[in-house]
Amino acid sequence: MSDTSQAAPNRWKRFSDWDERPLRLDNFAAEDPANGFSVMAGARDPKPGVAMSGGRITELDGVPEADFDMIDIFIARHHLDPEVVEEAMAMPSIEVARMLVDMHVPRTELTRLAHGMTPAKLAEVVAHLNSMEIAFAYSKMRARRTPGNQGHVTNAKDDPVQLAADAATAVAFGFDEIETTMRVSRNAWSNALACCVGATVGRAGTLFQCSSEEAEELQIGMAGFTSYAETVSVYGTEKAFIDGDDTPWSKAWLTAAYASRGIKMRCTSGAASELLMGFHEAKSLLYLEARCLCMQRAMGAQGTQNGGIDGAPLAASIPGGVRGLMAENLIAVWLDLECASGNDARSSESEIRIGAKILPYLIGGSDLICSGFGSILKYDNSFNPSLFNGEEMEDYLVLQRDFEADGGLTPVEETRALEVRRRGIEALAAVFEELRLGSIDEAMKASVIAASGSRETQSFMPRQVAGISAAIKDRGITVVDVIKALKARGFQAEAENLLALVKLRVSGDYLQTSAIVRGDRVISAVNDPNDYGGPGSGYRMSDARRAEIAAIRDVLDRDEVLRAEATYEAAEAQRIAYRNMGPARVGNDPDEVVVGISPAFGEKLFRTLAGHPLSRVLKAIVGGIEENGKRARIVRMHHTGDTSFLGLSAARLSGSGIGIGLQAKGTAVIHQKERLPHNNLELFSNAPITTLEHYADLGRNAAIYAAAEMPEPVVVPTNGEALGARFHARVALIYAIETGLCRDGAAPEEIALEFLKGAA
Amino acid sequence: MSDTPKDGAKTGAKVGAGDYPLAEKRPELVRGRRGKGIEEVTLDAVMAGEATMADLTITPEMLRLQADIARSAGRPRLAENLERAAEMADVPQDVIMAVYELLRPGRARSTADLAAMASTLRTTYKAERLASFIEEAAQVYEKRGLFTFRY
Repeated sequence: MSDTSQAAPNRWKRFSDWDERPLRLDNFAAEDPANGFSVMAGARDPKPGVAMSGGRITELDGVPEADFDMIDIFIARHHLDPEVVEEAMAMPSIEVARMLVDMHVPRTELTRLAHGMTPAKLAEVVAHLNSMEIAFAYSKMRARRTPGNQGHVTNAKDDPVQLAADAATAVAFGFDEIETTMRVSRNAWSNALACCVGATVGRAGTLFQCSSEEAEELQIGMAGFTSYAETVSVYGTEKAFIDGDDTPWSKAWLTAAYASRGIKMRCTSGAASELLMGFHEAKSLLYLEARCLCMQRAMGAQGTQNGGIDGAPLAASIPGGVRGLMAENLIAVWLDLECASGNDARSSESEIRIGAKILPYLIGGSDLICSGFGSILKYDNSFNPSLFNGEEMEDYLVLQRDFEADGGLTPVEETRALEVRRRGIEALAAVFEELRLGSIDEAMKASVIAASGSRETQSFMPRQVAGISAAIKDRGITVVDVIKALKARGFQAEAENLLALVKLRVSGDYLQTSAIVRGDRVISAVNDPNDYGGPGSGYRMSDARRAEIAAIRDVLDRDEVLRAEATYEAAEAQRIAYRNMGPARVGNDPDEVVVGISPAFGEKLFRTLAGHPLSRVLKAIVGGIEENGKRARIVRMHHTGDTSFLGLSAARLSGSGIGIGLQAKGTAVIHQKERLPHNNLELFSNAPITTLEHYADLGRNAAIYAAAEMPEPVVVPTNGEALGARFHARVALIYAIETGLCRDGAAPEEIALEFLKGAA
Repeated sequence: MSDTPKDGAKTGAKVGAGDYPLAEKRPELVRGRRGKGIEEVTLDAVMAGEATMADLTITPEMLRLQADIARSAGRPRLAENLERAAEMADVPQDVIMAVYELLRPGRARSTADLAAMASTLRTTYKAERLASFIEEAAQVYEKRGLFTFRY
């Protein structure tokens, strides 16, 4: 019979802990190929295959020509290269997979073969690769050598003042492309003009996009405000495509239309869009995306934005989903398309999943690592939160530094951030006045310059913006008017930068694959091709670029630590005096406890890692010893700074045989003279969380040991803080100051303490 | 736009990947809609009203040169798109958008609607590639029943 008075546990409470973690907000879906929930093994995925007759594709992945849907037709006619098809399709998929990760097989040989492969073949090949192999192959196969990044610049009010400030800031952080969109679609022209002006601050050449309705987006581009577009979506099933209100021919038409206006464009597709739209045909995410990518190449788009995009969170809910997103990016670059590799829609509430998701792209590089890094706060992102956002920008900057990986961004100093924000706003205010679009007063400017997000601004609201936007559109204002206004109001550099950017469209140089602008130069897969062929080849950071990435804020060095300590020196001098009484003797008083302090204690270092003045720490320890009827004797060691040896040396000088070792940073030990160096009585290793009460208890316990009794050991409770991360850089610098004062064989010195008036 | 659109100077130049970027390596070829060389489009010229949007607009000739570069860099599909773009560069915006609309599913009622549009492009704008492209779409739409009314 069970005891009913004490119910049997029905749950391990760890699960309750796990319930509280952000991870558990994420949805996870079961694999269900028949209903479209499969990353790489759809219930109705076809086997790869092609039949040809007289240079004409008569069967594609198991579908005879008579049954081709519009996507099959488009791929058969415009993607497959008849001269390569038979060769490429005859190669065993596993062999091709091995070539993708073989550094001796040139990228160009693989892109040539891809142009003869069907969607099912491409999907089958990459499915042979594990995640690491996919990441490696991606890094080898991406089109442009130099990696880049794209940022979102939007806000919840469509406030042009904030857009100008945030665009200037995004440019300073180094985004190669910035993209805006609106909360209210009629605000498109205002958003475009504001970002366009903000992006002129600091350097020329940041490409800019205003994601809006197709016709309007083209018009805004023709007015010169924008330089690229990525809103041309394609889908992997005929029904989804039609439901999206387009066909491969209508999208190809738009693709040419953008180019005809000198505007860079890429298509958009990504895993799970067909699943979200309800027309998946029981095919896998990867196979459908392979169809999308073949179509995009067939349309003659220079590139793609793929890797899940809006479907990324759904893809990530399925087993292997994140590997699948990487695999579809790989197919994109293997087809020789520019790849803005997703890492866009936030695919998890777990920061660990987010960090893991970005890593392969960060270390492997990508044409545009994020197809929208939220340069603004999450709530201001009108596309919805990105994988990384304004909140997490510094985490990303540090990841770059950790892995010595060029993620396309550069840390910006605080003063510089303020400077560019102010400049962006002043430039916009000048343009607004010059073109009679509105007046931006000092209070608005001030609120926006400092604001982290739109909840902190007193500026334009969406309704006012609609009027500004309508005026820009109706009056036919173009980028030339903006350039003139900037110049007329003394914004010479900004006018030059904007003109330089618009001039680039005349040559069409940035219509080539993977084109971005660096230092006034267009670089693309044509003049900066990825030539990875193993260690020592491909993209390598220059020393100058490495230095930029390393330059995050608040970095400690020895001078900084000494400077900080010096600010405490004067206050400590009011509290305590250490008088040197000559060489320390071995004591014979059984009631004494010797406290061995470190070489720099009170000399060069004045507070513990927890911030306690050393005078107070000593006072607490001495007090604890004395309260228990023993006497403290202070000795300064000169031969060691190590806690254990400080403690053991003190114990060997102590009449009771009990000593305390105490480093300036606050680490302490109770030792006994007969013991081995690292077999102490009590160790207080977590100095950053050790309180003055703990030090008093330490003194008390040492006194109890001196009386040959056994006290309750002092436990310094930890909450699991990553103390190493928080303190070890400082610890290493501080400890080097201690060891720098150590002299081999130097004798300990007797110290007479005097607590002065300042010691509270 | 008050400026009369016309082609940039027809150079008949042959270019390849080695000439890229054109603005850097072959600046003498880079001309806007009114034939003005890109180096003449300075800030002073803009302020004086001598450089206008037309001088900052890409021409069919530049698009053809970029198509040649794409082809020489091993990207024939991109080249074909740039050649369609070259034909489209002289087509007015409203015509481009009208064709786009007609190419969307269910907009054209029959192959005839698309054939008429193809014919206009061929005769009015000498856009042979665009015309063929639309005719190809018409065949496919017929086969796949895309002339079905949608709204």
